[in-house]
Amino acid sequence: MYAAAPATGAAQPESHPPPLRGFQAAGDVRSGQLQLSSVCTRCSPLMRGVSRRHAMSPGTHPPACPATPSPVMTCSMDSVSRGAVQEGARPGPEVGLRMPRALRGGQAEPGPRCGALRQRESRVPAEGQSRCPDSAPALAALGDVGGGWAALGFVTVLGFASRFYRLPQPPHVCWDETHFGKMGSYYINRTFFFDVHPPLGKMLIGLAGYLSGYDGTFPFQKPGDRYEQHNYIGMRGFCAFLGSCLVPFVYLTVLELSKSLPAALLSAFILIFDTGCITLSQYILLDPILMFFIMAAVLSMVKYNSCADRPFSLPWWFWLSLTGVNLAGAMGVKFVGLFVVILVGLNTISDLWDLLGDLSLSLIMFGKHLLARVLCLILLPLSLYMALFAVHFAILNKSGPGDGFYSSAFQSRLIGNNLHNVSIPEHLAYGSVITMKNLRMAGGYLHSHWHLYPEGVGARQQQVTAYLHKDLNNLWIIKKYDSNTDHLDPSCTVEFVRHGDIIRLEHKETSRNLHSHQHEAPLTRKHFQVTGYGINGTGDSNDFWRIEVVGRKSGKLIKVLRSQIRLTHVATGCLLGSSGKTLPKWGWEQVEVTCTPYLKENPSSLWNIEDHINPKLPNISLDVLKPSFTEILLESHMVMIRGNSGLKPKENEVTSKPWHWPINYQGLRFSGINETDYRVYLLGNPVVWWLNLVTIGVYFLMTTSTAVAMKRGVQQMTEHRELFQVLLQGGGQIMLGWLLHYLPFFMMGRVLYFHHYFPAMLFSSMLTGITWDTLLKFCTGHLLSSTMAWKVYTCGVLTLVLLIVYSFYLFHPLSYGMVGPMASDPNSPMAGLRWLESWEF
Amino acid sequence: MPVLGALKRPVLLRAEINVSLVALAVAAVASRLWGLAGPRAVVFDEVYYGQFVSLYVKRIFFVDDSGPPLGHALLALGGYLGGFDGNFLWNRIGAEYTMNVPVWSLRLLPAVAGALCVPLAYQILVELRFSHCAALGAALLILLENSLITQSRLMLLESILIFFILLAVLSYLKFCNSQKRSPFSATWWFWLLLTGVACSCAVGVKYMGLFTYVLLLVIAGIHFWHLIGDQALSKVSVLCHLLARGLALVVIPVAMYLSFFYLHLTLLYRSGPHDQIMTSAFQASLEGGLARITQGQPLEIAYGSQITLRNVLGKPMPCWLHSHKNTYPIRYENGRGSSHQQQVTCYPFKDVNNWWIVKDPGTQQLVVSNPPRPIRHGHIVQLVHGITTRYLNTHDVAAPLSPHAQEVSCYIDYNISMPAQNLWRVEIVNRESDADVWKTILSEVRFVHVNTSAMLKLSGVALPDWGYRQLEVVGEKLSKGYHQSMLWNVEEHRYGKSQEQKEREVELHSPTQIDISKNLSFMAKFTELQWKILTLKNEDTEHKYSSSPLAWITMDTNIVYWLHPASGAQIHLIGNMLIWTSANAATLAYLCLFLWYLLRRRRRICDVPEDVWWAWVFAGGLCVGGWAANYLPFFLMEKTLFLYHYLPALTFQILLIPVVLQHLNDHFCRSQLSKHMFQALIVAWFSSVYLTYRTFSPLTYGEPPLSPAELRALRWKESWDILIRKH
Repeated sequence: MYAAAPATGAAQPESHPPPLRGFQAAGDVRSGQLQLSSVCTRCSPLMRGVSRRHAMSPGTHPPACPATPSPVMTCSMDSVSRGAVQEGARPGPEVGLRMPRALRGGQAEPGPRCGALRQRESRVPAEGQSRCPDSAPALAALGDVGGGWAALGFVTVLGFASRFYRLPQPPHVCWDETHFGKMGSYYINRTFFFDVHPPLGKMLIGLAGYLSGYDGTFPFQKPGDRYEQHNYIGMRGFCAFLGSCLVPFVYLTVLELSKSLPAALLSAFILIFDTGCITLSQYILLDPILMFFIMAAVLSMVKYNSCADRPFSLPWWFWLSLTGVNLAGAMGVKFVGLFVVILVGLNTISDLWDLLGDLSLSLIMFGKHLLARVLCLILLPLSLYMALFAVHFAILNKSGPGDGFYSSAFQSRLIGNNLHNVSIPEHLAYGSVITMKNLRMAGGYLHSHWHLYPEGVGARQQQVTAYLHKDLNNLWIIKKYDSNTDHLDPSCTVEFVRHGDIIRLEHKETSRNLHSHQHEAPLTRKHFQVTGYGINGTGDSNDFWRIEVVGRKSGKLIKVLRSQIRLTHVATGCLLGSSGKTLPKWGWEQVEVTCTPYLKENPSSLWNIEDHINPKLPNISLDVLKPSFTEILLESHMVMIRGNSGLKPKENEVTSKPWHWPINYQGLRFSGINETDYRVYLLGNPVVWWLNLVTIGVYFLMTTSTAVAMKRGVQQMTEHRELFQVLLQGGGQIMLGWLLHYLPFFMMGRVLYFHHYFPAMLFSSMLTGITWDTLLKFCTGHLLSSTMAWKVYTCGVLTLVLLIVYSFYLFHPLSYGMVGPMASDPNSPMAGLRWLESWEF
Repeated sequence: MPVLGALKRPVLLRAEINVSLVALAVAAVASRLWGLAGPRAVVFDEVYYGQFVSLYVKRIFFVDDSGPPLGHALLALGGYLGGFDGNFLWNRIGAEYTMNVPVWSLRLLPAVAGALCVPLAYQILVELRFSHCAALGAALLILLENSLITQSRLMLLESILIFFILLAVLSYLKFCNSQKRSPFSATWWFWLLLTGVACSCAVGVKYMGLFTYVLLLVIAGIHFWHLIGDQALSKVSVLCHLLARGLALVVIPVAMYLSFFYLHLTLLYRSGPHDQIMTSAFQASLEGGLARITQGQPLEIAYGSQITLRNVLGKPMPCWLHSHKNTYPIRYENGRGSSHQQQVTCYPFKDVNNWWIVKDPGTQQLVVSNPPRPIRHGHIVQLVHGITTRYLNTHDVAAPLSPHAQEVSCYIDYNISMPAQNLWRVEIVNRESDADVWKTILSEVRFVHVNTSAMLKLSGVALPDWGYRQLEVVGEKLSKGYHQSMLWNVEEHRYGKSQEQKEREVELHSPTQIDISKNLSFMAKFTELQWKILTLKNEDTEHKYSSSPLAWITMDTNIVYWLHPASGAQIHLIGNMLIWTSANAATLAYLCLFLWYLLRRRRRICDVPEDVWWAWVFAGGLCVGGWAANYLPFFLMEKTLFLYHYLPALTFQILLIPVVLQHLNDHFCRSQLSKHMFQALIVAWFSSVYLTYRTFSPLTYGEPPLSPAELRALRWKESWDILIRKH
């Protein structure tokens, strides 16, 4: 990204007139007016009143702020002149007097190519610089670019080293590797499976395994299984690579937002030396992949924000579309990616809001802006996301363990499934022999057998259950309710079943009718019992059911596989459904079938026809019925969402709570329990995490006091105002990211784990870098001598870094593995480090 | 003489009476109170709230997870004033009330609260600076809304909730307006304090009130933010403003909320059917029940004590550690083996087999020495089952239903290579220091197995028939931190006196009686009760009339409240269709207009004058915000939802209709002619609202009974459930 620097740097003077003129001259309306209006809103309520009154006279464009001579203008000018003029006048090291070189270099550091921050005021110093490119500060800045490069290289190398160190250890399956490694193998073997997350992460793992020579034969049965000769390093290495990329991403993001090298370094160090991030990056998991896309999306969003002054330029398009690509990636790994989509969405809305308020921009231009964002941030990610699923379905074309979660129509796509390549009659007719499958997830087939309900469970009639396996007892014959004619008799004409018909279902093996009555069901007491009743098809009026297709008007035919049907009991008006509860032993542990009086549309009371035998009808190939791509896309999302909400914690089970996470209350065992095991424990570096926690409080205090002070119109020094600008704007974006990635977990009903916090932890670390940098600069700014200030500031940053490094030294066995006595044993080297009783290492 | 001087002039009292307001109030009272005592039968949720009224009148403690106690207390107040003795069995909707139930006074309070909403709506619109006509319109709409009438006329809480919500909104508006005129004046204080009080009452009636409370807090926050920017105010006065608001809007509501619970706990001092949900300590603080048994037990557990151990979590049901003669089956159905030792379970009933004796591993003694040696945190004990004298034991055998955990048994020595492992370390979880003594009822204790460091835990699964469906108890090895299912507390306790088995059995069968009393502080009781209210979950989430929030906006569902057994007269919760539709239209119109204005203003084009714009934003923010705050959170809830949950949101939405209408009239009808036409339309619309109200009033009031044909005509929507008798 740095390579683009000279070109854009050169282009800048053309697009922007020199800033000093730009203020007075009406010529550059855009930058001048924007500059002023944004200053107006911020610094001077008095002036804002003026401008509002102007604005309110309808129709007329107000002269707005430029006409009013304002102290605010001079104060903002001040920053310009100090930035540009002073530096220009006094070359050499003395420039560093007011502020240490590194710091100021950080501020003015061109860094990202598009020159300036999106915040209009900060653009000014950069412009000032571009005006005198050959003056000494620019040289100094160039030196700093070198420094920035070196720092970037340094943290990247450290990041990679920390993640790849002892990567093959332990050589057995750790924690969720058993799931995701297995799913990688499924991709290599092309067998279909079900998971609650979208496919991208597992696809990438599979790809990495494939490329590194893993053949997909390792079973990944349970944690602790040894890999033996199987090649697992490729998959782990891929995850570790993405996990290592987080470090430069964080570094660049913070640098872009704060324009301060120490802040960026601090954030990068926090990430490098956090044991939790290291552990999470070293194994075959979705989290490093997810975090990679989240951070990449944030970085490209920040970059494209900084290109705001040169819309529709090449880098602008590049970063904008890259944001979209990364959003698709994040969503494609886990649905948690939605949070970063919201973050980018909110940012885009505020961006558009600013553009809309810029009266120098015509509505057509605004429309172009809007379209570009719709294209890159909505259409592009959406199509990528769908392409992802297309690849997923294309790769997984063999029947596998996931079949049962999907509808019959879906299964017909899979090679090896018994619905694949069969041909059956399309429309249901009287006399057809059918099987009916319940639409709830992993719902069984409607089933009956020669066994009665036991004494005391409703009426003592034949059991009707839902059974998950294919079996002759799943076959039912569909008959007219009022006649017992054999429709298969060749003399009869074929009569199709229509939506709304009243039918009778006769069990083929036992010749009893599907029956319901007002006895309570065996397990779900509020529902009615469903039984098999009658002899050789002769029963009573409680055997009549109305067959209806969901969302259809009367008279239409009923399609095999595709139609979702509902069976309403005519006498009582209840709906045939499967409750999903397992019957006791007398019911052979099959699933309960009931008739529910609550007329609610949900999958447990919907069925579809799967097998269909009727010799009088022409068979058609199921390929005709094959669901379209949109249908399977929708279905797999429904199944995923249902699967996710099905992950409920059980009663009497200890689960991780969201409030545990930021305080690092409890870790996760990745490997090993006993003293002799090789133990890896996912736990954040406590020093880092508690520093992050404290920082959030500090940040709130600082922003609140600053905002109140600004609202009260307290005059501040220019440097302070710039500092607070970074804190409010850059820090605000990061803070929003943290909130978005953390708060929603409080509302989730599903089982939660500690590792869900890590995306939020990335934001928290960036916030720590920005906040402490600002705080130290602010505090040292009050010192009389600037050399003194510089020293104190450096000491502060160094102390923090050393603290982090030292704590990492203490806690590194958590990630890199430890053998020997548990920490609760006083002989253990970790004994003194068990600061919380809830830590189990 | 000054007195005489004062008498020189006539004493004049000048009163201004807003006749339309009075008329509205009278009409509202009439509409809500007309025929209030009929039907003389239990209608819908009266069956639910009625039982609490009975318990209140009888001063029996109960826990209701549906909300805080103020609502129940207010309903009970009606019963108390009507002289209700609490003797009615609330078991079935439609059951006839007996003569001792004062139906009229029980239903009076909700009805009056519902009636008062009408003048409140009027006042709110006036305070929002809208015209008298708009205010009149709002009040009329509330007056003619069938669902609000139905809900007010029965012994239910929604109308009281809506009353407090509207009161809070009105007082905040009054406060805002007096802020501009005279801050810190008496009226200013009055309305500010009333806002806080009304908010806390709304929250106290139902937790739904929280939504409006938060909304008002946000609005107050925004207003205060503007106040900070006002540089004419000194720093001190800004601080005073902040403190006053903090006091009235935070401190007072919290204090009031606590006081509701204080009232609740003071009034209900007798033990009752819900005791089991609470901890032993709480139960012991109630009169009767557990207190009768535990009154005067020795406080400190000593070696030789006889105790019963209750699981602290008590889910799926409260139970006590139990054992009996029967052993685990040698092989389970799935083929796994067991130790075939004596079963240890958790049993939900009081039983002599729940008694255990705490024994010192060092001696053989099963009685308490003199002086008693109390057990402290960290001591190692053996637990001996009182009746069978076997030791509580766990070992590396998979538990029957939770195979990842260890089996817990009472050890039988089969002379095979399976030694007894019966040492347990006592860990008091809620200790203050490590030297704490294990106390009856108060201490929550973990039993950590010495050999395997497994913890005694209730797994919550019911054993099959061989275990008599009692609950499984396991030794949890992978214990992750603190969970209540691993905590036990001593409930009944006495010092063992007899060393002989026979004597001890007699002793165990006899009731405990010694003397010491234990008292819980109010805060401890409050915390526990509050926690129970928030965490209790009703298992069954299915109900015939439950509905999803999406169906509320369009009123796709209704609820049948009551059906006359003979005549076919019925009461439904069914709204005035016209009002619901118009309210939706108004919301939509408001949002579109708002967005349009907002975007245009951003481009510096002002369609309406500044003050009109801000009034429009404020009124809309309040009404649409109130609607959204009271409606949208339901999408995140997993509990059973009913149409009546929508009524507070609907009230806000109704208030928006006149706001939008007046705006359209003032700013879109340019000519005099179009204004007249618009007003004529409004009048026509109002008359059709009235007609709709009349049409559905038989279903609102439950009389007169309608014929099947008439009922069929009322079924305006396919999805409505209207009961038509077949002949």
